[in-house]
Amino acid sequence: MKLNRRALLQLSAATAALGFAGLPARAQAIEELVIAYNVNLPSWDPTVGPSAVNPTIQGIYQSVFDQYILQQPDLKPAPGLLTEWGWNDDKTQVWMTVRDGVTWHDGSPFTAEDVAWSLARVANPETGSPIQFVWGTLANHRVEGNKVIADVAQFDPTIFKWMYFLTGYVLPKAYYEKVGAEGFEAAPIGTGPYMVEKFERNAFVRLKANANYWGGKPDFDTVTIKFVTDAAARVAEVESGNSHVTLEVPYEEYDRLKATLTGTATPVSDIGMIFLNDIEVMLDPNVRKAAAHAIDKQTIIDRLLSGYGVPIDTLQTPQYEAYDASIKVPYDPDLAVKLLADSGYSVDNPVKFKIQTTKGFKPKDYEMIQAIVGLWRKVGIEAEIEVYEIAKHYELRAADQLAPAAFYNWGNSVGDPTTSTGFAMFGPSPHSVWDGKDLIDMIGPLWGEKDEAKRIDGWKAVDKYIAENALVIPLLQYVQPILSAPGVVVTPHASGALLPHLMKRA
Amino acid sequence: MPLLRTLFSRLITTLITLIGVAVIVFFVIRVVPGNPIAMMLPPGATDEDINRLTALYGLDKTLPQQFLIWISGVLHGDFGTSITTRQPVLALVLSRLPATLELSVMALIIACLIGGFAALTGTRLRGTRTEAAIDVSNGMALSIPDFLWGLLLILGFGVLLPIFHISGRVTPSLKLPFTTDFYLTEALLRLRFDLWADIVSHMFLPALALAIPLAAIISQLLKQSLKETMHLDYVTLSRTKGYSENHVILKEALPNAILPTLTLVGVQFTFLIGGTVIIERLFSYEGLGNMAIDAVINRDLPLIQGIVILFALIFTAVNLCVDLCYAALNPRLRHG
Repeated sequence: MKLNRRALLQLSAATAALGFAGLPARAQAIEELVIAYNVNLPSWDPTVGPSAVNPTIQGIYQSVFDQYILQQPDLKPAPGLLTEWGWNDDKTQVWMTVRDGVTWHDGSPFTAEDVAWSLARVANPETGSPIQFVWGTLANHRVEGNKVIADVAQFDPTIFKWMYFLTGYVLPKAYYEKVGAEGFEAAPIGTGPYMVEKFERNAFVRLKANANYWGGKPDFDTVTIKFVTDAAARVAEVESGNSHVTLEVPYEEYDRLKATLTGTATPVSDIGMIFLNDIEVMLDPNVRKAAAHAIDKQTIIDRLLSGYGVPIDTLQTPQYEAYDASIKVPYDPDLAVKLLADSGYSVDNPVKFKIQTTKGFKPKDYEMIQAIVGLWRKVGIEAEIEVYEIAKHYELRAADQLAPAAFYNWGNSVGDPTTSTGFAMFGPSPHSVWDGKDLIDMIGPLWGEKDEAKRIDGWKAVDKYIAENALVIPLLQYVQPILSAPGVVVTPHASGALLPHLMKRA
Repeated sequence: MPLLRTLFSRLITTLITLIGVAVIVFFVIRVVPGNPIAMMLPPGATDEDINRLTALYGLDKTLPQQFLIWISGVLHGDFGTSITTRQPVLALVLSRLPATLELSVMALIIACLIGGFAALTGTRLRGTRTEAAIDVSNGMALSIPDFLWGLLLILGFGVLLPIFHISGRVTPSLKLPFTTDFYLTEALLRLRFDLWADIVSHMFLPALALAIPLAAIISQLLKQSLKETMHLDYVTLSRTKGYSENHVILKEALPNAILPTLTLVGVQFTFLIGGTVIIERLFSYEGLGNMAIDAVINRDLPLIQGIVILFALIFTAVNLCVDLCYAALNPRLRHG
């Protein structure tokens, strides 16, 4: 074939036609909301398996399934499928009132039987629920009218909080028993604001609005959630108009794009912290305290995270129930030098230990640790950085084999102190590496404390003790950047869940 | 007979390779840090919970016991159940394999077209600035890794000039009538050119990112082969007969010069499939590579094993085909 000008033009036109085929309409009124999500959804059952305890995919689950209790964007509970709940006077039983008039996505009525069955199912160790140890504290679930009653096998003051936390979802008894686990995985139904229309693993899920949703029909009739795990690709998705909303983009990109797109950056229930293991030099309180006082958290946030972060001094964020603003661990390098000198260390004779960190698992995690190591060096601490994968962190922490210092992030979307300070710092917990008996003795009685005010005060006292003795180094509360196209108003949720039914047309 | 002997010997080697891969992957992924139970431990889990979950996933047995259970399952076609998706591994990997194969084949076709065109142009215009430009382009294409090409293509044709899709394999809103997972092939067979165009629009950029480095290799090798062939006597004879330069290159020199390139393409195809891991991730393409990364992050041991075995099977099968083709084409091997 002779390649002349006409042939070249024809070829160009054909290529353009091929390219434009099927491209989504953009800029005009949004018919179908497209969200570029940062993680894949491996499994549809929100109550069993590793996915059930993965905080990053709870937003997708909450679009399809309802939790027992609704959690509002400020983390506070509100009536959901349960309209009322509580303990009896001597706290030997729990009772829950079930909402009337709710239907499952297949049109069948939602009943108290579904609630009782869901609770009993995850309390059964054979189901494989990773949270069985919580649900197993209730037994003998039974239905009385529109109420569900259960006996308290072991008192847990946080049991109702778990009803809007990990695995706290109500599944359809009749449907699940009819189709089985595999059938449910293939065609999941819930009572949530959206129904699953199409699911391509590792690619997307397409949702249709539930017109009968008890909380009101969502604004967008169709929502496609694309799983775009690469941050640069997510930026390209919203920048090109292929997606209308995305989250967890680099802060620099967020600042650049919020000039043309709508940006929302609010603190979420996810914190960065440094675990201190009570081994080697960390047995010396002066070293621990010096390490804590030598970190200028605000400067690190400003320089590395473009100001997106909130410095914290305990494992509680300001939104959590046991947050105590009076507990402070200020940046004081002079005090750090003095404390180290008291133990015989100086810049010329530094104390040495290893610090472990992930690289790229959280925004600027490695860079933050580099900055901290730089600050430490100035006061007489020489820390060697070891980079590890998050999987190794979990394994080492469960085996209590973390290095003397180890960076990690901790999520606690219910905001209760047991699920932050409690599990992170209680020695016998597989998540804690601090085994001091004094702390175990302080925390122990709080697990079963029935007086709520006393319980919260007790946790505040624990946090104060931890801060004074530098048993852990809390660093910052993360801020979640969300970008959306003009025409979409996103309501951020402090849990970090990106919820399509909270998105409205502008 | 020599061909049969070669085939038999290569099949034995392939079998040994697969067994070796199975053993290595099984033990290596259990030795490296990070176990799936630690990954799924909720806050507050007790030792009892850890033991319960460990037993649930069969990780409480000794490594040799676990291996025997797994390998006997594999021999019966059961690759186990994925920990994260709770689906049978074999069904999962087979459902994703077509996407990766179609992407790889498209990348190979693009690489052959670009590389072949560059080599022929460079040979036709040898000694000119065009040849120099092709050499420089080849150098650039080779020195930039495919994932970086991917990012550049996303920026160029996804953001600045949004012509192609930059994520996924097909537009979610389309109703797909397919009965297999070979979407591109089936769309063609069903004459659904609307779907075919949509799928190509999704696959083109990732395929191009994969193809660019391979195109440069093909271009360099084919151009070099052509250059050597162009000096042979029979080519000179063709010229003296008055054939045009294009005829001499395409009809006389190319058939002989292309053989080493074809062998190389076969070998490079296996590397190209390996390269899909990063590219699929970047373009959120629902193939085997994307699934492999998730499996590694989540320490989904059965799924990792299944994917690695499948990759090994593809690699050995392609290599076997290349060897057999070579044996069939090589007269010394063909006739003993």
